[in-house]
Amino acid sequence: MQAQPLHRELGLTDEEAASIERILGRRPNHLELAMYAVMWSEHCSYKSSKVHLRRLPTQGPGVLVGPGENAGVVDAGDGLAVAIRIESHNHPSAIEPYQGAATGVGGIIRDIFTMGARPIALMDPLRFGPLDDPHNRWVAAGVVSGISGYGNAVGVPTVGGELEVSGCYAGNPLVNVLCCGLMPKDRLVLGRASGVGNLAVLIGSATGRDGIGGVSVLASAAFGDDEATEAAKRPNVQVGDPFEEKRLIEATLELLGKHLVVGIQDLGGAGLTCATSETASRGGVGMDVDVTAVPLREPGLEPFEVMTSESQERMLAIVGPAQLAQVLEVCQRWEVQASVVGKVTAGGRLRVLAGWGGEVLADVPAASLHEDAPVYNRPMRRPAWLDERAADDPARLPPPAGLQGTTEDLLALLVDPSWAYRQYDHQLFLNTVVAPGADAAVLRLSAPGARPPADRPPRGLALSTDGNPRWCALDPRAGTRLVVAESALNVACTGARPVALVNCLNFGNPEHPEVMWQLSEAVDGMAEACLGLGLPVVGGNVSLYNEARGRDIDPTPVVGVLGLLDRLAPGTPTPGFTPGSRVLLVGGAATSLAGSRWAVQRHGHLGGRLPPLDLDLHARLLALVAGLVNDRLVDGVHDLSDGGLGLAVAEMAVKSGTGCHLGGVEGHQGLFGEGPSRVLVSVPPRHLAAVVARASSAGVPYAELGTGGGDRVVVEGLVDVSVAEATAAWRGALPAAFSAP
Amino acid sequence: MSVAGYEALVEVQLRPGVADPQGATIEHALGALGFNGVSKVRAGKAFRLQVDAPDASAARRLVEEICARLLANPVIEVSAVSLEPLGEVA
Amino acid sequence: MAARVGVVVFPGTNCEHDVAEALEGLGAQAELVWHTATSVAAMDALVLPGGFAHGDYLRPGAIARFSPVMAAVQDFAAAGGPVVGICNGFQVLTEAHLLPGALQKNRGLSFLCQMTEVEVASDRSVLTAGVEVGRRLRLPINHFEGNYTADPSVLAELEAQSRVVLRYVDNPNGSDAAIAGICNEAGNVVGLMPHPERASSELLGSSDGLVLLQALLASAGRALAHNR
Repeated sequence: MQAQPLHRELGLTDEEAASIERILGRRPNHLELAMYAVMWSEHCSYKSSKVHLRRLPTQGPGVLVGPGENAGVVDAGDGLAVAIRIESHNHPSAIEPYQGAATGVGGIIRDIFTMGARPIALMDPLRFGPLDDPHNRWVAAGVVSGISGYGNAVGVPTVGGELEVSGCYAGNPLVNVLCCGLMPKDRLVLGRASGVGNLAVLIGSATGRDGIGGVSVLASAAFGDDEATEAAKRPNVQVGDPFEEKRLIEATLELLGKHLVVGIQDLGGAGLTCATSETASRGGVGMDVDVTAVPLREPGLEPFEVMTSESQERMLAIVGPAQLAQVLEVCQRWEVQASVVGKVTAGGRLRVLAGWGGEVLADVPAASLHEDAPVYNRPMRRPAWLDERAADDPARLPPPAGLQGTTEDLLALLVDPSWAYRQYDHQLFLNTVVAPGADAAVLRLSAPGARPPADRPPRGLALSTDGNPRWCALDPRAGTRLVVAESALNVACTGARPVALVNCLNFGNPEHPEVMWQLSEAVDGMAEACLGLGLPVVGGNVSLYNEARGRDIDPTPVVGVLGLLDRLAPGTPTPGFTPGSRVLLVGGAATSLAGSRWAVQRHGHLGGRLPPLDLDLHARLLALVAGLVNDRLVDGVHDLSDGGLGLAVAEMAVKSGTGCHLGGVEGHQGLFGEGPSRVLVSVPPRHLAAVVARASSAGVPYAELGTGGGDRVVVEGLVDVSVAEATAAWRGALPAAFSAP
Repeated sequence: MSVAGYEALVEVQLRPGVADPQGATIEHALGALGFNGVSKVRAGKAFRLQVDAPDASAARRLVEEICARLLANPVIEVSAVSLEPLGEVA
Repeated sequence: MAARVGVVVFPGTNCEHDVAEALEGLGAQAELVWHTATSVAAMDALVLPGGFAHGDYLRPGAIARFSPVMAAVQDFAAAGGPVVGICNGFQVLTEAHLLPGALQKNRGLSFLCQMTEVEVASDRSVLTAGVEVGRRLRLPINHFEGNYTADPSVLAELEAQSRVVLRYVDNPNGSDAAIAGICNEAGNVVGLMPHPERASSELLGSSDGLVLLQALLASAGRALAHNR
C-alpha cells in the first residue's frame, strides 16, 4: 500500500502544501512542514471560521484589548482592568476526562496571567451525553474531578458554570472553561517580541512528547468512530501539574510587576512553534531558536517534537540581556526552571538551530505561520430539515394530566448543580459575594497585587456563562440572540452592568455545509444581540469537528458575559421568596414551548418557532432590574430561562426554603413556555409602589402573580407541592444520576 | 470443574513518557532531604484482590480485564499483574 | 503595637493573601514567610494557611514538613509561641507531629467546599481563648482530606484534656468525634480544617471567623508581653 505523502499525514491539504512551497520558494523539510501543519490547523488558524468572526462587534468604550491577544481586557475603573477569555477542551476531555479538563483549566489560566492579570475566577460550562449511560457518567465525573483537582490546587476559585445533558454530546462532551483575572492597568503586557538582541526565555516545565500534533490531529478530526482511531491518538494525552502552574503564576506576575520582560506568551496549542512565531510576528521581528537549549523531560526528542510538543505549564518571556540575571533569580526563587532558548533577530525569519551557530534546521518567515494561514469560505447550506422542524409545533404535544401531572413534570426538571460546584473551591481570595447556583456569580473587584484604592467602597464584577443547544438547533441565529440576551440578563439580576462578552463556538464538522451555515447564522445572531445591547465581543474560541459516530452536535455557541457593579453591599438579592413579599413577573410576555426544556426532556420533542426578542425592551429591562437590585427594592430575583416560569418559581422556593402562592398562569404553556426578557422579582410590600412606578416609567410590562410564603409551592390550577418535596427532587437529581448502577 | 483462588497484586502506573508531576515532586524532595543518587521516581497505585478461576492463566486474563475496564485508563496508564495461588476452594 | 503575624508560605500554598488580609483588617501586621526561612523568632504568632503545599503530592503536608521553615516553627512552638494551621496548614502540623492524628480523605470521597457550622468545644487554645464554649460559628470548609482520624487512646486524651477546640454540628467529612480542630497540650499550637479568614465579612456571608482571629491576636499580644 502506498504511504500518504507526509503533508497529508500531518493534516495539510495538497493546496496548503503547495502554498507553503510558494512561501519558502522551495520544498519544506519535515520540521518546517510539521510547524506549518500545527499552525495552520483549524485550532490555531481558525481557517474555517475567520471569515465569519469578522462580523462580530469588538469595539467599546471600556475595551483595552480585543480579540486576537491571549485574552480580552476591559477597563474596570480605579486603575484596574479585567482580563477574560473562554476556551474549549472538548476533544481531550473525551478520551481522558480528568486530564482533559485539568489541562483545559491550566491553559485558560495561563492565557490570563500572561496578560499580567492575577486569575481570580473560573467558570465551567459543561455538556455531557445522558447520564443513564455509564460511559457518559465516567466522562462527566472525570471532568468535574479534573476541574476540581486542578483548579483548587492551582488556587483559582471556580465560581460557576453549567452542567447540561443532551443526547447530542454522547461521545463528544463539551468542556468549556472561562477564566477572568484582575490587574493594575499599568501591568498589562502583550505577547510580542521586540528589540533585536533580546532573549527568549522558556520558563516552567520540561518538554516531553505531550500532545505532539495534538492541535492538528485531535482538534481537527472527528473520533470515537472506532477503537483503533482512538488508540492511534493515545500518545497525545497531556498531564496537568497544578503545582508547577501555581509557581508559574507567582513567578510570572512578579516578572511582569517588576517590568522585567518586554513581552510574554504562554505555550498552548502548537507549543514553541506558536509562541516563538506569534511573539516575533506581532512585534515585526524574527527569532532564532536553539532547539538543543530546550530542557527535556525524556531524552531523544526530535527537533519537530520539541517544536510542536504541547507539554503543559510553560511560558516564553522576551527579556532584555540586561534583565536576564534578575529574571533567572525570580524564577529560581519560585523554583521554576528558566532557560534561554532564543534570540530576537531582525528580518522576520523564524529559524530553528541545532545549537547557536549550529545547523539551521528550519528557516521560515515567522509571520507566514499564522498570517498566511489559509482562510476558507467553506460552502454553506441551510439544513433541509429546518423548515420541517419549525413546522412541528409543540402545541400538538399532550398537556400534562392535571395538577398532579403538571407538578410531576415540574419536579422532573429540577436539578441542583451543587453536586458539581461543592467540589470546586469557589471562595478563594475572599471575593465571592454571590456563590455558584444563582443567576450569575458576583465577586469583589480585588485581588492580591490588584487592590482598589483603600478609600473607595467595594466594587464588584459579575459573571455568567450560558448556552442553549435546543434553541440554537431550531434557529441558530435567533437562538444565539436569545442566549446573549439571557446571559446579559443573568448579570443584570445581580445589579451589574454588562460590559463585555466572550464566546466559545462549539460546532460540528465544518466540512458539512449545514454546520457552516449554523456557524454563520450564530455569528450573525450574536452580532445583532451584542450591537443591540452595546456589548463588545472581547474574545472567543471556535471548536469545530464536534461529532461522534457520524453525527454533528447541535450548534452550541456558549457565551460568557462580564458585568461591573459600582457598589457592593451585603445582602445582594438572589433567587428566593420571602414570606409576605409580592411576586411580580417583570418583562415581555411572548413565550413558546419550541425548544423548551419541557418539550425536549419530557417528550423528546424539538420543533416549532422560537419567540421573538425585542432588543430595545431587553436593554430597558437590564437597566430596570439592575436598579431594583442595587436599590434593594426587591428581596429576591431570578431570570426566567430554560424551564420557563415553572422552573424559576420552583428554584426560588427550594433555594429560599419558602413557598409561594401564585396565579394567573395560563396552562402548561404558560408554566413551561420559554421566552426572553422575563424576570421574577420578590418585592416587599412597602416597595411595591416604587417597583411598579419604575417598571412603568421604563416602559417594561409587569404582572403581579401572587405572594411568597408558606411551605408549599402553589401555582393555581397547575402546581401544588411542598417545598420539602421539591427540595428533595432538586437535591437528589444529580446524586441519583451519578449513583445509577 | 475445580476452581482455585488466586491473590493478585496490580500495579498501575502512568505510561512511560507521560508526565508524572507527583513522581517528579517526590524526587525533588528526596534530593532536598539529602538522598543522593535517586532518580526516575514514578508514582502509582497498587491494588490487591482475590479472584477465583479454573487456572492461573484464566485468573490472569480476568485480572487484566479488570485493569483494562476499571483500574487503569489505558490512555495514560499501564498496569502490571502478579499472581499467587491461594489453594483450592470448594 | 500591632501584633506581627508570620504567614508561612510553601510552594503551592494559596490562602496566604486571604489570611493576611483578614488579619490586617483586625489591625495586625501580617508578613509572608517563605518556606526557606530559617528563623521566625521576630514574630508574635504564626499561621500556616491553606492551599496545596508541594501540590499535596504523596500526602498533604508530607513534603512541606521537611521545608527549612518547619524547624523554626518547631522552635517557635516549643517556646510557647502561638501557631495556627488552617486546612492544609493543619495537615502540615500533623505530618510534622506538632499535633496528633491525621487527616484522611473525606467520607464521601469528594472535595467539599461549603459553609459549615462548628461549635467551640474548648477555650484552652490560643484560637479560642476567651470565646464562650458552646458558641456556634458559621465557617466554610474547603478540603478533600479533612476527615480527622486518630487512635482511640489519642482521642480519649484529647477529650480528657479539653483539646478538641472545634466540633462540627453536622459532621460533613466523617471526622472522628466530629472534630474540626484540636490543639496541643499547651494550647499554643492549633489546627483546624474550617477557614476563619473566609468568614471575615458579611459580604462573604459570615463574619464569625473574626472571633477566632481576634482571639489569636489577643493571645499573640499576651505572648509578646510575656516574652519581653
